Amino acid sequence: MRGREDEWTGLMRSAMAGDDAAYHRLLKAVTPVLRAAARRGLARAGQPPDQAEDIVQEILLAVHLKRHTWDSEAPFAPWLFAIGRNKLIDMLRRRGRRIFVNIDDFAETLPGEVPQETASAGEVASQLNTLPQRQRDVLQSIAVDSTSIKDTAAKYSMSEGAVRVALHRGLAALTAKLRDQ
Amino acid sequence: MDTDQLIRSLAADNAHRAPRVGAVLTMALLVAAPLSILIFATFLGVRHDVMSAMHNPFFDMKFAVTLSLAIPAIIVSLHLSRPEALLRGWGWLLLLPVGLLAVAIGSEAMMAPAMPMTMRLMGKNSRVCLFAIPAMSLPLLAGALFGLRHGAPSHPALAGALAGLVSAGLAATLYASHCTDDSPLFVATWYTLATALVTAIGALVGSKVLRY
Repeated sequence: MRGREDEWTGLMRSAMAGDDAAYHRLLKAVTPVLRAAARRGLARAGQPPDQAEDIVQEILLAVHLKRHTWDSEAPFAPWLFAIGRNKLIDMLRRRGRRIFVNIDDFAETLPGEVPQETASAGEVASQLNTLPQRQRDVLQSIAVDSTSIKDTAAKYSMSEGAVRVALHRGLAALTAKLRDQ
Repeated sequence: MDTDQLIRSLAADNAHRAPRVGAVLTMALLVAAPLSILIFATFLGVRHDVMSAMHNPFFDMKFAVTLSLAIPAIIVSLHLSRPEALLRGWGWLLLLPVGLLAVAIGSEAMMAPAMPMTMRLMGKNSRVCLFAIPAMSLPLLAGALFGLRHGAPSHPALAGALAGLVSAGLAATLYASHCTDDSPLFVATWYTLATALVTAIGALVGSKVLRY
């Protein structure tokens, strides 16, 4: 455990120093841990685990947009898990409120219902569609089509700087929409 | 968008660098301060006998009290803008103005009273105090909340309350130069009531706007 968390801290320091590959590796490394924690948290709250992936994505977005609040002298894991807890609680609160208004939550008590597995991680994907065209194009290109910033700029005849701005604004807007939904 | 795709887009945005919360908070307070000073200059102004008042230690004490509220509140609010931060170990900083007031009330009690205690406590400006400090706080409170929004507080209401203490402490510093009531009893009563009001507003608004 110790070794793993020290490795995270090291990767985050490199990331903050401008090493994009280290940042990518760090996010990949923490995701399964966050996923397991989200599933555990949902189970403990008596919730089905199908929203675990939404929570993971919200945590990753918050980590990204708030990483300037991480103190590079401090270990990374406590900071990460504090954000994770916060996002899990947020999600449970949102669900808690919905229980009283959403007929689907009572589906189990209705006769003749076949329990269905719902698709996971739909929230980011559906909020993506509400973004302005340009931000959506850039996010789509970089995230889904795995195109570099440079090639994305060429594809949409934008400057690289404009692509970077659209990418960052898109991520920030996604986060705000998820928070305020 | 699946999680691997999201991670790819985050890594691509790694070059984006956000300023520190302290820098944003400082800027926001500097932008808000002229509005509060404008309220002060329009409706209140510095008291006329300020030169002689400065020789009165109880006049000077008011600034020590209000600044010992505002400055530690800024420090604690910045600490709490980190998600893993706890108030534990930092909360005592907020007791500084309380300790200073206690010392001031004690020293005044040991002196020959110029006025009866109830007159010192009630003063002449209690109502102005209750309106002026919150009014001058509001622009600063908006600034403090804006600055702290840049952080990631795990307890938004608590962080909002701290923003309230920051703004009330700064507004009270302005007000102290207007008010002719210098008794620590007056300060402990009316400044505290005004501060509590602003803090409650900060907590209420903070619980909404400081979620991240």
